[in-house]
This record gives sequence, structure tokens and C-alpha cells, in this order.
Amino acid sequence: MEKLISEFSLGLFFWQTLIFLGLLFLLRKFAWRPIMAAVQEREDNIENSLKSAEQAKKEMEELQAKNQDLLKEAREERDKMLKEAKDAKDRIVSEAKTKAKEEADKLLAQARQDIHNEKQAAVGEMKQMVASFSVEIAEKIMKEELAVDKHQKLVNTYLEDLKLN
Amino acid sequence: MQAKLLKLLALTLSLTIFSSAFANPSEPTEAGGENDIKKEIKQDISHHLQDSYDFHLFTDKETNTHYGFPLPVILWDGGLHVFMSSKFHHGEDIAESNGNYYMLHHNHIYKTDAEGTVKYDDEGHIINEKPFDISITKNVFVSICVALMIFLFFSGMAKHYKSGPLPKGFGRLMEPLVIFIRDEVARPNIGDKHYRNYMGYLLTVFFFIWFLNMFGLTPLGINVTGNIAVTFALALITFVITQFTANKNYWQHIFWMPGVPYPMRIILAPIELLGVFIKPFALLIRLYANMSAGHVVMMSLIGLLFIFHNWFARGAFLGLTLFLSIIEFFVALLQAYIFTMLSALYFGMAVEEHGHH
Repeated sequence: MEKLISEFSLGLFFWQTLIFLGLLFLLRKFAWRPIMAAVQEREDNIENSLKSAEQAKKEMEELQAKNQDLLKEAREERDKMLKEAKDAKDRIVSEAKTKAKEEADKLLAQARQDIHNEKQAAVGEMKQMVASFSVEIAEKIMKEELAVDKHQKLVNTYLEDLKLN
Repeated sequence: MQAKLLKLLALTLSLTIFSSAFANPSEPTEAGGENDIKKEIKQDISHHLQDSYDFHLFTDKETNTHYGFPLPVILWDGGLHVFMSSKFHHGEDIAESNGNYYMLHHNHIYKTDAEGTVKYDDEGHIINEKPFDISITKNVFVSICVALMIFLFFSGMAKHYKSGPLPKGFGRLMEPLVIFIRDEVARPNIGDKHYRNYMGYLLTVFFFIWFLNMFGLTPLGINVTGNIAVTFALALITFVITQFTANKNYWQHIFWMPGVPYPMRIILAPIELLGVFIKPFALLIRLYANMSAGHVVMMSLIGLLFIFHNWFARGAFLGLTLFLSIIEFFVALLQAYIFTMLSALYFGMAVEEHGHH
């Protein structure tokens, strides 16, 4: 201990304190402050960049998910539209078919009616004509052979019976 | 960069060994020469540990010429006396300055008269008056150089940041250390709230001690941090900063410890107060003892190379010296780190917001 104290140099202590305090002052001003600020700034920058990268990634993912949803929606929409179109087509076709059938049936019925009517008319006319022919024939026969009155009655009766069906 | 550093390291190591070899040139040729050499080595070591008034590189003992350069002596003795230490002629002459006479004896300056009268007490100690001495000694000179170097290095490093976010050259090597001091030393010990105020001191003290320690490993024979006045100055600054930035809580824990019974508080107060002074004292002794012990061991081992004549033993000691040199490189960094770490710890105690009781 005594040796330590005798070794202790006041001058060296004085200079050392002075040098160190001077160095401390100068370094604080010209080195540590700018260095620490620069390091801090760089670290903040890195942190912010990482954060924004993370954010961008997240947004990207969200966007992708959104896109996926949109795609899915569009697909559904398309399927729906297709189905609707098919339904409409089927409906239209079946409607058309029904309508056509109805029309056809109607036409057919009309035709039948017409045919029937025509036939009826033709039959009536034929009857008329047959009757008049028969009368004419009978008249000619009567005129030539018999008294017309006597056979007329008989002939009519026969004609009545001769129903053309 | 790494390769360069390794080369520098190898160069320094080899220089350490070879310069020591040159410093002790004479080989013993006669009986009793071995004792002479042992004495010489002992002297060399004790001289190395001490401060000196000139920058002494080595001495050629055959022609008795000293190689080195003188440094200014500054004395306050009823007026300022400034002269170069070369006036003493390595203690052989008496220096005259403005009518006062001074002599150099075992690295101490005493006041004397024109004849160089030396007065001794009963135990053989010189009782001549010692003038107040603020000379630029070797340690002061080296400290100024190192401080200047650190300032140039780090202010240059700071400038590099202006051109971009990444450090260049020297800064690339130092930045991890700066960040280490911030993140591993200051933040955990002082706390996120206050650590910024102490960063300047912690970084300065770390690099100053480290660089001085590293210069102690060069063959220039520098031993600044192994000097009690230097470590005392540094520890004193830590002490002053601790006390002046301390909050109420800190003082309360010293004088009126909360959470313990009243009689205990009275007993604890002087113990805690003693602790306030013991902490920086331990700081200064640790650095001083470690660095000077390292220098003594290194020089002793190099000295052994000159005592042994067996080439095998010399080889072994050379290897051991080399190994210890590498260890010393680590110690240089470690001691700077410990000093900084403990300073941070004390600052942390001073600004702690709430006790853990």
C-alpha cells in the first residue's frame, strides 16, 4: 500500500484527468453523438423496412385471397348463368313444343271438322243428287212403263233406307 | 481487413520479443554474471512499470548511450519552471531553471542546490523537497497521443456515416464494439430510460483503456494503464459521475435502507457509505493490478530467455511468451470491458427507479 502511494504521481493524475475529460468532451460532440444517431437511424430504418415488408406481404396475401374470392364468385356466377340459360332454353323448347302440338292439334281438329263438314255436305248433295237422279230415272221409267204415282212412294221408302254411312 | 490485422498482430508480437532481446544485449561471460543479469532484469521491470521523464526506447550498455527522446518537465515551485528532461542527462546532471536546481533520482524530481546536495533521513530516504510536478511524462505523452488517435479515428468514423448508413474501413471494425457497449453493457445495466446519458462516457472509457492496454503490448515499453494514478483518475471520474447523477432512491438505499428494521438501518448506513467508496476503489485496483501484473509476467518470461542458456528451455520460454502475449491481447480487451461494465453497473444503481425490496 505504501509503495502504491509513493508510486502515485499527482502530475500524472492531473494530466490524465485533463486528457480524459478533454477526450470525453470532444468524442461526445464529434464522434459518439453522430455515430449513435446514425446507428439508431439505421436500425430504425431497418425495423421500418421490415415492418413495411411484412405489411406488404400481408396486403399481398389479402389481395390474393380477394382475387381468389372474386374468381370463385365469377365462376359461381357463370355456372348460375349457364344453368339459367339452360333452363330458359329447356323451357322455351318445351313451351314451343307444347304450343306447336296445340297448334297442330287445333289444326288437325279443324281439318277433321272441315273434312267432316265437307263430307256431310258432299253426302247431302249426293243424296240430293241421287234422289233427283232416282226421281229422274223413276220418272223416265214410270213415264215409260208404269204410272208414276204408284211406285214413287215405294222408291222414296227405299231411298230412305239407303243411308250412306 | 482480417488478414491485415493478423499481420499486425504477428508483427507486434515478434517486435515485443525482439526488442526485448535488443534491450538486454550482454551475455554473461564470467562467474557471478548470472546474478548481474537477474538484477538487471529486475531493474528493467521495475523501471518499465514506472513513469519516466523521457521516452526511453533502449540503452546500449556497452557505450552507455540511451536511445529515445526527452519530454518537457513542468514544475511549479514559486513560479513555473519548464525545461526538457534532457537537462538531467538521465539523472547524471543537475538541472538549473530560473535560479532553482533540480535533480532526478529514481524517477523522482527533488529540489537541490548547485552542488546537488542530497539529504537522507535515518532510513535512507531522500528528504529533499519535491516541487509540484506536472511534467509531460512518458505516460502523459502516450495518453495524449492515444487520445488524439482515438479522436481522429472516431470522428473520422462519424464522418463516414454522413455519406451512407454503413461504416467504412476502421468504423466497420469498431461499430460492433460500439453497438456491443450500447446493447450489452449500457442498456441492461442502466435501463432503457437513462442509458443514453452515459453512452459517451462508457464508450470513451472503454476505447481509451482498450487502446492504452493495446499500446502496452507494443515493444515501445508503454505501461499507462498499469499505473495507479491513471486508473485512479479514471475510477474517480466514474465515482463522480455516479454520485452526481444519482437519484433520491440511491441515497435512500445508502443512508436509510427501506425494508429493514430501524436499528439495522443505522448499522447499514456506514457499511453502505463505505461501499460507495470501495466500488470505484476496486475498479482502480483491478485495472492497475491486472495490467501491471501482465507486464511483470511478460517481462519476467522474456528475462528468463536471457538467464537460460539451454536452447530447449529458451524455445519453451519463447513459446510461453508468445502464448502469454496472445492472452494479454485478450486481457487488454477484457479489462477495458470490465471497467466499462462495472461503471455501467454503478450508474445503473445510481439511477434505479425502484428498489427490489
